[in-house]
Amino acid sequence: MTTANSLMNGPDERGHFGSFGGRFVAETLMPLILELEQAYETAKKDPSFQSELDYLLTYYAGRPSVLYFAERMTEHLGGAKIYFKRDELNHTGSHKINNCLGQILLAKRMGKTRIIAETGAGQHGVAVATVAARFNLPCTVFMGATDVERQKPNVFRMKLLGADIRPVTAGRGTLKDAMNEALRDWVTNVDDTFYIIGTAAGPHPYPELVRDFQSVIGREVKEQMMEAEGRLPDSLVACIGGGSNAIGLFHPFLDDPDVNIYGVEAAGRGLDTPDHAASLNGGEPGVLHGNRTYLLQDDDGQIVEGHSISAGLDYPGIGPEHSWLKDIGRVNYVSATDKEALDAFQLCSQLEGIIPALEPSHALAYVKKLAPTLDKDHLLVMNLCGRGDKDVFAVAEHLGVEI
Amino acid sequence: MTKTTRIDACFQKLKTEGRGALVTFITAGDPCYDVSLEVLMGMPEAGADVIELGMPFSDPMADGPAIQLASERALEGGQNMIKTLEMVRQFRKQHKETPLVLMGYYNPIFHYGPERFVKDAAEAGVDGLIVVDVPPEADDELCLPAMEVGLNFIRLATPTTDDKRLPMVLQNTSGFLYYVSVTGITGSAAPDISRVHENIARIKRQTELPLVVGFGVKSADQVREIVKGADGAVVGSAIVREIEANLDENGKALPGLVDKVKSLVSSLAEGVN
Repeated sequence: MTTANSLMNGPDERGHFGSFGGRFVAETLMPLILELEQAYETAKKDPSFQSELDYLLTYYAGRPSVLYFAERMTEHLGGAKIYFKRDELNHTGSHKINNCLGQILLAKRMGKTRIIAETGAGQHGVAVATVAARFNLPCTVFMGATDVERQKPNVFRMKLLGADIRPVTAGRGTLKDAMNEALRDWVTNVDDTFYIIGTAAGPHPYPELVRDFQSVIGREVKEQMMEAEGRLPDSLVACIGGGSNAIGLFHPFLDDPDVNIYGVEAAGRGLDTPDHAASLNGGEPGVLHGNRTYLLQDDDGQIVEGHSISAGLDYPGIGPEHSWLKDIGRVNYVSATDKEALDAFQLCSQLEGIIPALEPSHALAYVKKLAPTLDKDHLLVMNLCGRGDKDVFAVAEHLGVEI
Repeated sequence: MTKTTRIDACFQKLKTEGRGALVTFITAGDPCYDVSLEVLMGMPEAGADVIELGMPFSDPMADGPAIQLASERALEGGQNMIKTLEMVRQFRKQHKETPLVLMGYYNPIFHYGPERFVKDAAEAGVDGLIVVDVPPEADDELCLPAMEVGLNFIRLATPTTDDKRLPMVLQNTSGFLYYVSVTGITGSAAPDISRVHENIARIKRQTELPLVVGFGVKSADQVREIVKGADGAVVGSAIVREIEANLDENGKALPGLVDKVKSLVSSLAEGVN
């Protein structure tokens, strides 16, 4: 139940979180996003929608994901008691499936017969291709040509699932260019196409609906921690690219003021270099891809490409709700470099027998710094939002190992 | 808005002459400032009645490959908002009557500061703005400040803008209404002329504003067909492609680029004469 001064009430009816968010799209798409907003409002009130989603989350995605006490990591760091929210155990290997199941049910309700999506690391693309196969809808995934090259295993996975992959060569061929191309496709195929956006960004209502579908993560953590420790956690840590796994973990805790919340951006080669993807720590407010949010941009308002070792984090923007949470100070936005993430990736593999994706390796890199400064009874939850199978080739290359 | 702008005056004049407007688009700074300025300067004489000058942006989501590449060339050549406004000032010194509309995306304007932008644009001699990603739902962002300094805020209506939504699109639109002939991006396939005419008739039932049609218009014949029902036709990608076709392998203008673009515009103008 939300109250008048709750931090969980956003967005307003125009899609604003404070001054962020909104609907900045071409006229051709306006009627479509208004229709989507209507459809989502109706679906939210329809118990059959939620029960179908719950069924799929349980029996198809494998939820709830467990809350795991990372005993050896805790011992090693010698401070806070560390729990991993194991969203990497979901079907398709990341949290992305939570959102895709929700959106494809909406697509079905709206009578749409074709699915499009953008993807960076390919985790969202794989999740979209998966649900499209499951619901027998043709699916086109736009992926930057650079990402196609560095994420070959996921590209093949998507093809196996029957998706049509369109490499995008515009710009530097990464996630933002893939999103531009998906928007160009949508504006061309307005009648039959549903655009499954992968992160909690884009024009209203996407940031809201992606957050709602991902909030299952935080709701489960609340219950599971009560069961394990009899109280709420003291700290939450999640990595941030567009910010969907993070907002999913954070949102149910926004009104619990004693819970400290940390979002970890990708600092790439360092925040003092141009090669990072930290929109909040190194960007300014602007308007891109349908919403106002913090963006990496130059003096002329041109968007600058982000850099990160992780293809899932190198987006130059961030979900608008995070921009608002930064400005009101509810969430601490910090960062981790490529090197710190690589170190954490290896540490987690060796200590816990869990190979994490490079994205949550950034969250773990921050946990490595934070945990030792905290008491032993401090309960810390990190969202292990993806598994690292897709990254083993890239990591081997960075470590100079030939496989 | 009560003041008569250059755009209003232009369409009134064309009405008395009994012909439609040729609206031409180029991206400011494509392939470099000097050549782009020379092309711009030659447009009125070549037969452009209204000029749209694109403000280059790194992420032109509503544009096809031709205009995407033009934007990239301009940005690589060092074009920015300050230089685009300077280009308008240069143009306005010589051309007192031809209306000039700036067209682009919101972020460079937001970054410049919307209030400062509309003031500087008006002072430079800009007559109207087309900003693709600021819908009527966000009128307070840019449309209302533009109206206050006497700029026309020109909106796009599209095949998805139905009769119920149209009044909202028309509400604060002035100068002319830009009808997007297809659902899609710029430089797309040719529109189905009979459907375009149906939509023009539908929209004209709700407004007396001049109605200009663009997207996918490439030839004088298409222009001629469109202005049978509309008040003007926009040609963009075809002109930008002519610039692209006259560059050397390093992206520098080949001799004769400006003349070739002007002669293309002259041939397009036959569609309105």
